[in-house]
Amino acid sequence: MRLEPVANPTLLRQLGLPALALCATVLVAMALALLAGADPFAVLGQILTGALGSRLAVLETLNRATPLIFTGLAVAVAFRAKLWNIGAEAQLYAGAIIAVLLGTGAMGAPFVLPVSAVVALLAGAMLLLVPVLLKVRLGVDEVVTTLLLNFIMALFVSYLLEGPLKDPMGMGWPKSPALIPEARLPRIVDGLRLHWGFALALIAAGIVWLIQTRTTLGFEMRAVGANIRAARFAGMPVNAVLVKTALLSGGLAALAGWSEVAGAKGHLSLDLSPGFGYTGIIVAMLALLHPLGVVVTALFVAGVFVGADAMSRAAGVPTYIADMLLAVALLFMVLAIALTRVRVVRG
Amino acid sequence: MSETALGAEVVLRLDQITKRFGRLVANDAISLTLHRGEVLALLGENGAGKTTLMNILFGHYMADTGSVTAFGQPLPPGQPKAALAAGIGMVHQHFTLADQLTVLENITLGTESLWSLGRGRAAAREKVQSLSRDFGLAVDPRARVSDLSVGERQRVEILKALYRDARILILDEPTAVLTPQEAEALFQTLRLATARGLSVIFISHKLHEVMGHSDSCVVLRHGRVVGQVATRDTDRRALAAMMVGAEMADSAVAPGVAGPVRLSLRGIRAGALRDVSLDLRGGTITGLAGVSGNGQAALADLIGGALLPEAGVMQVDGAPVLQWSPRAAIGAGVGRIPEDRHKTGTVADFTLAENAVLETYATRFSRAGLVDWAAVRAHTERLIAAYDVRCPGPEARIRLLSGGNMQKLILGRVMEETPGILIANQPVRGLDVGAIAYVHGRLVAARDAGAAVLLISEDLDEVMGLSDVIHVISEGRLSPAFARGALTQGELGLWMVGHGFGEGAAHAA
Repeated sequence: MRLEPVANPTLLRQLGLPALALCATVLVAMALALLAGADPFAVLGQILTGALGSRLAVLETLNRATPLIFTGLAVAVAFRAKLWNIGAEAQLYAGAIIAVLLGTGAMGAPFVLPVSAVVALLAGAMLLLVPVLLKVRLGVDEVVTTLLLNFIMALFVSYLLEGPLKDPMGMGWPKSPALIPEARLPRIVDGLRLHWGFALALIAAGIVWLIQTRTTLGFEMRAVGANIRAARFAGMPVNAVLVKTALLSGGLAALAGWSEVAGAKGHLSLDLSPGFGYTGIIVAMLALLHPLGVVVTALFVAGVFVGADAMSRAAGVPTYIADMLLAVALLFMVLAIALTRVRVVRG
Repeated sequence: MSETALGAEVVLRLDQITKRFGRLVANDAISLTLHRGEVLALLGENGAGKTTLMNILFGHYMADTGSVTAFGQPLPPGQPKAALAAGIGMVHQHFTLADQLTVLENITLGTESLWSLGRGRAAAREKVQSLSRDFGLAVDPRARVSDLSVGERQRVEILKALYRDARILILDEPTAVLTPQEAEALFQTLRLATARGLSVIFISHKLHEVMGHSDSCVVLRHGRVVGQVATRDTDRRALAAMMVGAEMADSAVAPGVAGPVRLSLRGIRAGALRDVSLDLRGGTITGLAGVSGNGQAALADLIGGALLPEAGVMQVDGAPVLQWSPRAAIGAGVGRIPEDRHKTGTVADFTLAENAVLETYATRFSRAGLVDWAAVRAHTERLIAAYDVRCPGPEARIRLLSGGNMQKLILGRVMEETPGILIANQPVRGLDVGAIAYVHGRLVAARDAGAAVLLISEDLDEVMGLSDVIHVISEGRLSPAFARGALTQGELGLWMVGHGFGEGAAHAA
């Protein structure tokens, strides 16, 4: 058995293989359900209706997709330049902290929302700037530094919530005081539980897409990622490009945390993010790092989580099935993408 | 070597070996014979086909036609195991040792069966120690390979072959990594080996080694045997002439009209370059001849902005260069045709259009940070037409193009900026005849338009055919400038292997 490159993959190959991956994922999901002692078709149906079956379900899916679009974009932007930002989780919390710091009375309307958004963006950018400067100046592997910053940040947030940012009225729970109403993101439509964070996430995806395809910076980011030697030879300021990429990526991830606090939750607690930063990696990879694709895959991933929650309540199958499903989906999708470019030949 | 082995039993015969890689004929009907107790030197420039031939012999490649016979038995093609079993041992230029294992473990690796579990270990150590003694290969069997010097590692490689009862040893440029003392010890070992009836083939392009330590020489050039001679019947000059080819370069290219000095280097030290001084004049093609890896890359990087001088002065159009980078070089009118068009010249996953503006997107094709893709597209279509790039269109990925068409796009990208200084590093490597003629024509056209062209090439024919002025580079030093036709190929070949550089060259020769 050996691998042979396929020079010009046909459209069938390019679309059929990912579709096949999706089917295989569904089959594995059904097998898992069977293993848990439930009816596989019922489980599948409950996931589907749980994610899309009612207005409430759809809104919940959109709400859940919002932070995933931001972190997915953050990862997609960085990975496109081959800057391995594994620290979206930490940058997310940086944005969340800013939302609390500025949103609990430090400023009033009408400035608090735009100012806290911009400051949150800068905070996330600064948090990623440190590992990138270490990479550019000293060759320190950013995978390690960004990953470890996640743990440092988690402990820092824990300290804040037990100390300086602890809600005095919180009955001893480690949570921050609630944001003032002026600092909250309003709902897009009155009466519907969907805040403006979702719209901002869509706008962000559009902006990132424009940056990557229309600007010189986007051209440089893609060139640095695709062939850093050629980029350097052509005279591109490679280090500056990496720093700018980091600022954009960190800022986007921070907006995820900012919009969760200002939009969905209204306060900061330790369970603000069930791993949105890490899930952003899956979202970005499934989207092949395309910023508009990120919106689609974020909705898919959010739907799986929301659907699995609902299914779990009804069918008694653990929600962990959602994590397994996404992991399987990612593996199959990566394999499918690889197989569009090479074929396996016997002998 | 005293008891010369010619006339002894033939142990190895290569018959009409031909190997093609695409359009490149790496080996063209090569035949050679090796006798018992003989040391045969395989000579040739880089790319002459030496390593390919040895890889066929050892079964790493399969020849398209031809056969190998060892000790009277035909060797099945493409099976390294069969070559090992027939008593052929190979020592590669890049060693194939496991760093974390001991010398003994490396030597026995792959020879002991899974079940013996160290039972044969004492016997193996015994055998290795007696081999080291007999062949003068001092190395501690218990030492870890990662702790060994390069010379010791090579001894382990030779022991590995001897341990498998090799009767024929093949060494690929064995002295390239050795100090002169280690090299002398190696040749001592080879003498001991031939005295015991082993036969040796060693690949080299160092003439003094070949003259001093071989019984016969086979010279390859462009994949063909250009000569097989007994070493005592030849001399260095004759071998050098054979290596670089005796045919005269066609001087179809009319000489250029030399203009002012566009770029000058004085006493430059940078990377591999040692005290290099050079003038590039407008309207002149300056050829740089030399075996690859002697500082050509550093010189191209220096002028192209990728390498900064550690000492010395660089001037462009009479003004000393202070801030230097690829972007500064491009801004100063330096056009660069890189040595590796796949890795440094282009971004494989980008389209032709994106690759066409890799150097100029910021200066010529954008406004307020936005790329003007319509203009880029129009520009690329112009390039495709003007430089005869055969491709599906400007939106095609450049990885789909042949080397020649890729090079034409790079050529167009550079020439459209009408560079005052043009660095062409191996501009025709791997191209077919038609593309070569096209690229050469464009270089001459650039010269006639007044550019100072620096042509870096390992192919002496190319350098001699196009250049108005020739320098030879060897171990980071630059020879004086020679006018076209001032030196013969043989004389240039001697400069290439380090002769003529005066004091400081003594230890290298």
